[in-house]
Amino acid sequence: MATVANDRELAELLREQPTQQLDAFKGVKKVPLEEFFTSGHRTCQGCESALVMKMMVKAAGPRTIVLGSTGCMYVANTTYYSTSWVVPWMHTQLGSSGSAGLGTAAGLKALMRKGKMKNEPINVIAFCGDGGGADMGLSAISATLTHPDYNLLILMYDNESYANTDIQLSGSTPYGANTTFSTPGKVKRIMHHRWKKNTAAMLAAGHPSCRYVATVCMSYAVDAMNSVRKALSIGGPTFIHSLDPCPKGWDYDPIQSHELGELAVASGVWPLYEVENGVLKLIGKTRAIADRQLKRIPVRDYLLRQGRFAHFTDDDIDYFQSKVDEMWERWVIPGVIPFRKQIEADPAPA
Amino acid sequence: MPEAQVKTKVDPQVPVAPPIQQTPSVGEHTDLITGSEAIAVACKLADVDVITAYPIRPYDTVMQYVAKLVSNGELDCEYIVAESEHSQFEIVKHASAVGARVFCGSSGVGWMYAFEALTVTPGLRIPMVAMVGNRALDDPGAFGVEHNDALAVRDLGWQLVWVDSPQEALDTALIAYRVAEDRRVFLPCAISCDGAFLTHSQALVKIPSQDKVNAFLPRYDRGDLLLHPDNPITVAPQVNEDWLMEIRRQNAAAMERSLTVIREAYADFEKIFGRKYGNPFFEEYMTDDADVVLIGMGTLSNPVRVAIRQMREQGKKVGFVRQRWFRPFAAEQLAASLGRFKAVGVIDRDFSLGSPYLSGVLATEVRAALYPAAKRPPVIGFICGLGGREVTVPDVKKMTDKIYLAAEGKPQAGTQWIGLRE
Repeated sequence: MATVANDRELAELLREQPTQQLDAFKGVKKVPLEEFFTSGHRTCQGCESALVMKMMVKAAGPRTIVLGSTGCMYVANTTYYSTSWVVPWMHTQLGSSGSAGLGTAAGLKALMRKGKMKNEPINVIAFCGDGGGADMGLSAISATLTHPDYNLLILMYDNESYANTDIQLSGSTPYGANTTFSTPGKVKRIMHHRWKKNTAAMLAAGHPSCRYVATVCMSYAVDAMNSVRKALSIGGPTFIHSLDPCPKGWDYDPIQSHELGELAVASGVWPLYEVENGVLKLIGKTRAIADRQLKRIPVRDYLLRQGRFAHFTDDDIDYFQSKVDEMWERWVIPGVIPFRKQIEADPAPA
Repeated sequence: MPEAQVKTKVDPQVPVAPPIQQTPSVGEHTDLITGSEAIAVACKLADVDVITAYPIRPYDTVMQYVAKLVSNGELDCEYIVAESEHSQFEIVKHASAVGARVFCGSSGVGWMYAFEALTVTPGLRIPMVAMVGNRALDDPGAFGVEHNDALAVRDLGWQLVWVDSPQEALDTALIAYRVAEDRRVFLPCAISCDGAFLTHSQALVKIPSQDKVNAFLPRYDRGDLLLHPDNPITVAPQVNEDWLMEIRRQNAAAMERSLTVIREAYADFEKIFGRKYGNPFFEEYMTDDADVVLIGMGTLSNPVRVAIRQMREQGKKVGFVRQRWFRPFAAEQLAASLGRFKAVGVIDRDFSLGSPYLSGVLATEVRAALYPAAKRPPVIGFICGLGGREVTVPDVKKMTDKIYLAAEGKPQAGTQWIGLRE
């Protein structure tokens, strides 16, 4: 069988280039105290993306190289002479997280295979924001996920705008949100009519050789760290998409960051799942929602906590709700894959 | 089976003769190959670790040869086909940061698509070696040679060198690694090969032995700039107005030092390989007794040399200066040489619209180099051979006539387009 041959090929690659085997943290008390992303950064109060950096590299450990594409997590974290990174860190271009991860992994692999560097598994993590990942860097990430023979993780921290450059809309900004490029005005209330890209599922569906894709939210930090550990252990290129509430871009009191992440999940706006070797597993509250053990809270309770939706009318909220309902009631895999079965599709016009 | 693995029975009582030392010339041979293939062979000899490819004519022939070397097991590298030139250059940039020797390349608008990556590479002190198969910047579409692609990075910290034969392409690729990876430099180097005229044209090339290459080219050692868990540095942090000028100045100093390192590399090259290039920065042809000279870059040297030989039969003392290294630019040395002549004609296979005297890039640089010189001959710029149009022997003679007029003090337009339908 072809599957067996392919698996054997992959097993051979992993034997040649093994990964660190990072077991899941069994509870918050088992998480090590040692930090690899520490003081020296200048992120905003309540910045969830900074928390993602801290937890990501805590999960990965010291034998890790991190590549960071342009964005908040570059500009705010690496002021010259006061870097917050304990592990080796290198900037990469806005659209280059895929290429940076691939190049670093390829360089290490070549040098180790040819005996020019000590052979040991070194984690490679390339991160990008939603602008760098879902917009500009999509092509390079896609290409990288088709290379089964390099071990690396691409982590997209999604604060739903180009937050570093003053909150401009990205392909990952939710419908209708007020950004500096989509400000409501006297004639047009809604300037941004595009629906947020379904990035993680798109990458999972489009790259069947990629062994691990997950969505996370740092309101569920242990799950998120364990996703990072699994992504680094499993081998080959992997992708994690994190939703990060952003006090400045979403316009709310920084004390509410953690709660907003929970509301995004509870309202069904942000489904938590992982796709491991082609098997989809819904996680935590998302699973409970899908199993109908938990009722989704209205999106109103999530949207109206954020100033970026303050201009929404009831109609706008109803529209947003209807789109989220569609995700859960009509998608072939609720919350994940947006196809509808033909029998359920709208009838053709007469 | 390689010879080293052949086991023979040895009688332990009989003393074994010491193994015969390999002569350094083992593996040396001559091949009929193109400029692109010559550079692929140089990659093999340099034991490059990571190579990225993306198709665009005409440079991509080098990657076709690389692919064959890899599939035949002659070159052990990570060979990655990228999804764009931007990624192509970013991948090798990052591979170089963790200590890998890398090779990359492009042509025309493909090179321009990678421009962001090309911009950051010198600033990161990445000693990447790239091949530019010089090509016109479409639109309108054109596959042929123009030098504007490589010249576009001339201000950014790339070392730029033009070659005019497959032999020089191979030799220069080895020299490029030696210079770029010298810790005093640590700047990328692009080797320009004229599209079609060099990338696709064959000539006999002496392929050196691996031993000699190893003697010439040390391993790439990134030292304390290595990105590795044992050396946990932060690369390219935010410096802003606090530090940017100091860091730019360091890069500028590296480019200044490159002049010395290039001289050393050519001297060692001659010692080890026995092939002599003389002055590394520009090559002079029949200049000893010349009244006037032409100066240009790349393969236009071929028609120019033929035309000069013909003109000399008619008693015209014409010489030619072929500029090899455009960055760093050996300005004082060039000015001293050009000061010997009564007039200078600069042939640009490029354009710089709206530039001083509406000249090409090389003419503007030559004028700038000459300005502080004690003896400044008149300089005429010629724009010629764009889009791969042939620079013909009559073109060269026409240009020479104009230089002679300038030498006689007859005013000439500062820039003239040659071989143009009007």
